[in-house]
Amino acid sequence: MPLAAHIKEHPVYFHRFDAVWTPTVLILDPEGVERFRIEGYLPRDEFRAQLELGLARVAFMGKRWDEAERRYAEVLEKYPDSKSAPEALYWKGVSRYKITNDHNVLGELPGQFQEKYPDSIGALKTIAWQH
Amino acid sequence: MKVQWRKDADAALAEAKSSKKPVLVDFSAAPA
Repeated sequence: MPLAAHIKEHPVYFHRFDAVWTPTVLILDPEGVERFRIEGYLPRDEFRAQLELGLARVAFMGKRWDEAERRYAEVLEKYPDSKSAPEALYWKGVSRYKITNDHNVLGELPGQFQEKYPDSIGALKTIAWQH
Repeated sequence: MKVQWRKDADAALAEAKSSKKPVLVDFSAAPA
């Protein structure tokens, strides 16, 4: 559901949704709860990857783990070299864990991060799961 | 495919709720 809010036409929307910079893009769940925010310009593919991360986040927060895992996997597949990919890898793993409740799933993540995205924040976050 | 941008937030949120779809809100200051 695309909603346009131009600062001259709808300044009240900026206050309502706490938008303090342009461009800002919000992704809300069907109940209107903000689940993802993008502030500032991005190159086209990175922007697309961020939008898809946002949709994955909506699924994750709705506890639709299968859909979330699929959406995060799609980000990794379509934008493997993007800055958004490490976040997708992290949450794809967490989604799989939510589905399986198998701790081994989390234990595999540090190695995947070391191999693909060793300098990412996700690499640091997953150190705790290293066996 | 041309995007049908909504301009009314309350109507868009109501439509999203009834159709169980997420909402993308684009805040812009770009010249029309």
